[in-house]
Amino acid sequence: MAPRLPRAEGHRTRLCRDRRRRDRVRSETMSQSEKYRANPPAPGMAYMSAELKKTIDLAESTVTDDFDERSWDMVVSLGLSRQLTTGRTLIELAEAGHDDIVVCTADLGRPTQVIGFGQKYPDRYFNFGIAERNMIGAAAGLATMGLTPVISNYSFFLALMGVENIRNDICYTNLPVKMVGTHSGIAMGFYGTSHHCCEDIGALRAIPNLTLMAPCDGTALSSALRTNVKHPAPIYFRAGRGREAVVYDKEFDFRIGGSNTLREGRHATVLAIGNLVKAGLDAHDILKSEGIEITVVDMYSIRPLDVAAVRDAAKRGPIVSAEEANITGGFGAAIAEVIAEEGLGTRLTKVGMPDAYSVLGPPTHLYRHYGLDGEGVAAAVRRALKG
Amino acid sequence: MPSRAVRNVDRSLIREKAKLIRRETVRLTDICGSGHYGSSFSMAEIVALLYYQLLHVKADEPRWADRDRFTMGKGHAAIGLFPVLADLGFFPADWLDTYSRMGSFLGDHPEMKKVPGIDFSSGSIGHNLSVSVGMALGARLKGSPARAVCLMGDGEMNEGQIWEAAQAGAHYGLDNLVGIVDINGAGSDGDPQQTLRSEPLKEKWEAFGWNTIVLRDGHDIDLTFDALNRALNAPDGRPACVLAYTVAGKGVSFMEGTWQWHLGFLGPKDIERAYAEIDAGEIG
Repeated sequence: MAPRLPRAEGHRTRLCRDRRRRDRVRSETMSQSEKYRANPPAPGMAYMSAELKKTIDLAESTVTDDFDERSWDMVVSLGLSRQLTTGRTLIELAEAGHDDIVVCTADLGRPTQVIGFGQKYPDRYFNFGIAERNMIGAAAGLATMGLTPVISNYSFFLALMGVENIRNDICYTNLPVKMVGTHSGIAMGFYGTSHHCCEDIGALRAIPNLTLMAPCDGTALSSALRTNVKHPAPIYFRAGRGREAVVYDKEFDFRIGGSNTLREGRHATVLAIGNLVKAGLDAHDILKSEGIEITVVDMYSIRPLDVAAVRDAAKRGPIVSAEEANITGGFGAAIAEVIAEEGLGTRLTKVGMPDAYSVLGPPTHLYRHYGLDGEGVAAAVRRALKG
Repeated sequence: MPSRAVRNVDRSLIREKAKLIRRETVRLTDICGSGHYGSSFSMAEIVALLYYQLLHVKADEPRWADRDRFTMGKGHAAIGLFPVLADLGFFPADWLDTYSRMGSFLGDHPEMKKVPGIDFSSGSIGHNLSVSVGMALGARLKGSPARAVCLMGDGEMNEGQIWEAAQAGAHYGLDNLVGIVDINGAGSDGDPQQTLRSEPLKEKWEAFGWNTIVLRDGHDIDLTFDALNRALNAPDGRPACVLAYTVAGKGVSFMEGTWQWHLGFLGPKDIERAYAEIDAGEIG
């Protein structure tokens, strides 16, 4: 390897100045944001442990041992997004003989971690730049040629910016394009409300021919791709930012119209998707100590919905739907439709994003603020049981 | 990318087929009660040359993997393509009689899942050059001689997505990709250059890295053949764009050069005048 060029003095100086400025801004705004603070990092805490750093391919990182241990660049940061398994899974599928898979992205191959596929199969990796609509149309064109395109992009720029192209180019034509929208919901945190994607379920749920599914962690995402890559119609996989808590320890059959019952309890049922599956499991543990037993179901297939799972839940008692999306038109609304249309006559309490533009902040703080964690779901169950 | 054989076709056949496109556009619009005369007439010679001389397709095998792909950004002119596909035998000619009727496969915009010979559905302006980029990439990946040809309108040049696709086509060096812009000067609100100026188009497409061919008269059969043939069969590592200057409503005197017949309907007396002029016309 070529020796690293010494860093210019100015770089370090700028870094330090930036940090001083950042600290000043923080101290000025801290008082207002105090109520959102969950677990402020301890002073001097490393951004990542040495153990974790060892597991990351730092070949392209500019951060050397000379840097402050809390410093990071994009390479280091991406190493933390362990649940973005799209690229790794597609490489395995390609190695297993799926030579029809092509990957499309719009300048987000690194952040969504499909870059590895591109490095291994450069002929089958198309980075269309920041031109999402063209990417979606081109993916449709590739599908007409007998290829299996997988789009990997941030969900907002895929599902919401591209909704008309998804509708006309992929779904109206019923082409077998697979879309993985990452960083859905409020995962983009402080990057701003413009980057939050809480309306995608409502928008995509109304598009015919489209299957809509939500893998809740990296194992679920790889299961989703492995099970469905050859499905002859479009699928949108709504994924997180890659730092989700691990729910599954082994892959499973990620069935269209399926669900997984992860806990069984007699008092109420939490039907959850995405990040809220882990929140549901946490709620289960919190409520257990209070003598409340809940069933927790990962309803990873949003459309079509596992209607039988909703019927079963209704027999048990109140239902709590939980999602990192706008409760208007979202997953909870889909559950409500089943309850109403089938006359199930049970109470539904929806946990999710309110029908308003989200505030910005660190994702961890936002989840707490909006009650999208174990405590939030537990509180919703208590409310539901009170009637 | 290899070029493909060009069929030896007499100019009179192209002239006849362009007449067929115009005549059938008038007839089908009469069934429907409303139609895009102007856009169909302006592309008549281009479409006739593509389908009867230049493109490689098989009517008895509409999904032939190595066929050339033809997509329409200006999907509203599909009324002029359906008669050609029927004439070639992609579907029974009597389907045309059902045009726009309840449940018909044939409507104002083409549907790939319903109509044999239609390579991609359209209707939303600005999408299909992107689709053609994907088709050209796919053909190259598969080692297929197929070329992707996208016919667009001049108003379509206002769509931002066109320029996204233009960048992609050049970036990937897709010399199996051909864009044709039917510059007929007619849109819903008048001349697109008055509505939102897209000219100078030659400089734009060249700057975007496309082999840009200006066709000063898209109704002159020899000139049009030459431009399309160069775009399709002289690959140089770049996608090609034919800027075809045409006349909206070409072939019917009271429609020619006007935007008012972009969409319209002919009553019984005028329809006879239109048929007579089309039959008598010696275009190209």
